Amino acid sequence: MAIQTEYDPDSDRIMAVSFGPQHPGAGHFRLRLWLDGDYLVKSEPDPGYIHRGEEKMSEYRNYIQNVPHLERPVILDSSNILFPYALAVDELMGNKVPERGQYLRVIMSEINRIISHMYFIAIEGLFTGHTTLITWCMGDRDFWIDLASRIGGARVTFAYIIPGGVRNDMPEGLTEKALKTCDWFEKRMDEYEKIFFKNPVVLTRMEKVGVLSSQDAIRLGAVGTVLRASGVKSDLRKDEPYSHYDDFDFEASSLNGGDSWSRAYVALLEMRQSVKIIRQAFKNIPTGPVRLKLGPQPRVPAGEVYARTEAARGEMSFHLISDGSPRPYRLKIGSPSFKNMRVLPHLLKNVHIADIPIIYWSLNYWPLEADR
Amino acid sequence: MSKTEAEGPPSTPVRAAVPPDAGLPSTAVPQKPAPERARDLASRITSKFPDIKVDYMREKRLKVTTPSPRIKEVAMMVRDELGFDHPSAVSGVDWIAKDEIEIVYFISSVSQAGYRNFVVALAERIPRGNPVASSLIDVWAGVEYHEREGQEMLGINFVGNPYKGHFLLPEDWNDMPPLRKDYVSPGR
Repeated sequence: MAIQTEYDPDSDRIMAVSFGPQHPGAGHFRLRLWLDGDYLVKSEPDPGYIHRGEEKMSEYRNYIQNVPHLERPVILDSSNILFPYALAVDELMGNKVPERGQYLRVIMSEINRIISHMYFIAIEGLFTGHTTLITWCMGDRDFWIDLASRIGGARVTFAYIIPGGVRNDMPEGLTEKALKTCDWFEKRMDEYEKIFFKNPVVLTRMEKVGVLSSQDAIRLGAVGTVLRASGVKSDLRKDEPYSHYDDFDFEASSLNGGDSWSRAYVALLEMRQSVKIIRQAFKNIPTGPVRLKLGPQPRVPAGEVYARTEAARGEMSFHLISDGSPRPYRLKIGSPSFKNMRVLPHLLKNVHIADIPIIYWSLNYWPLEADR
Repeated sequence: MSKTEAEGPPSTPVRAAVPPDAGLPSTAVPQKPAPERARDLASRITSKFPDIKVDYMREKRLKVTTPSPRIKEVAMMVRDELGFDHPSAVSGVDWIAKDEIEIVYFISSVSQAGYRNFVVALAERIPRGNPVASSLIDVWAGVEYHEREGQEMLGINFVGNPYKGHFLLPEDWNDMPPLRKDYVSPGR
């Protein structure tokens, strides 16, 4: 009997199965699958298991009190979720952030991008059955966490990028350590390429799996690595240079494959660019203050602003409305994982069940960030 | 909320003379300075729809406020004629003092490299007591989940969006939509 490829609710061949929220690979997220044998006919995401109401919560707190809880949705990439928030508040207040503060924002944002991408390719390696990559990446990631903790004071949630600049200056003598980490890491990335990305077994497993065309990526609102792996060279650091990104020599990475392999490999290409940026930033960082003194309860004039930055997973945006009171009137977080979620049911159909983890994780979907 | 009216975008000091699309594939891109391109966009909208208000949140953020029944028409024009093809986010604001709910679609442009640093905020206001709006999933498929969120968080009924269940909230949620201003979080 032929496999049923179309979803038909009355058919007794179709079985509904849940992937998650207890599945160790799915995170706190449930994917509803309709299967015919091991053939996936239809899928539907069911998020919300860790919805924490960040947007409502921020309406009860003032602009500085909002900083620590806003980075909770994505602790892997915590500086990059605070970056657009800080830009939004700065824009409403008309803050002119000191040059050194701008550079430190860029440094922290790029270190966080590497930390997040390392986690991404580590788990992609795990789902491909490549346990070497996960152990290597998790180990090497710690050197970056170590560097970040020297600047931010914590391992993952730094609350470092704040309105008006950054929380504190970096310690003296860090440049040498950072440049050494950059040199060492570039050599490590060559090894990841050899052992994973150019590995024939991995290529067989990931190439042409879950292909997303560039038209579909744009139409469905995909952002970040997903969009760039589908041949669209759209990177806000280049398109809309904020925080002195136009001072740095780097390239927006993109690939034309649109498959799971391209989505993972574009992350590696981005890490190479991040290393380039970090090296330039440490070499050229100006001296001076790192933040403006805004006080514990800054007065934010009434206004509306839409700020966006390129986080590790893609475009992170904040729609902030102030009515002149000490607290935001409305704060909408547009997180890249929520934007990329629309791609999931598009890719997760007409594939075999063994491809689900590969495609799912190649989207770099982070349930906490999507739920907020 | 907007800073200036339709006569022109606010001028922000430009730090370095770097073209916004450096390093991008050059399609047919008008290489004019940003304020001029912003005025271009605004005039193209107002010449087609004279009754529609175009504000600037700032120079690269156009806010187009349309009457609710005409939003689809304007959205089609923004997509097909201006080339804004990439849905970025959909936000909703509860203006409780004015008894209105505002829906804002933030749309960016990806295929037109020259407008990648622009965002068009397409806004409509609907009565708070009867929050019915037409869905724009036919125009930008990517707004589907964003509308689901607005549906449950602000209680907006998007006509044309087939999903009516709970998306982020628990299935047994039976209180009012939590992002409404008169909803008070537990413990507050």
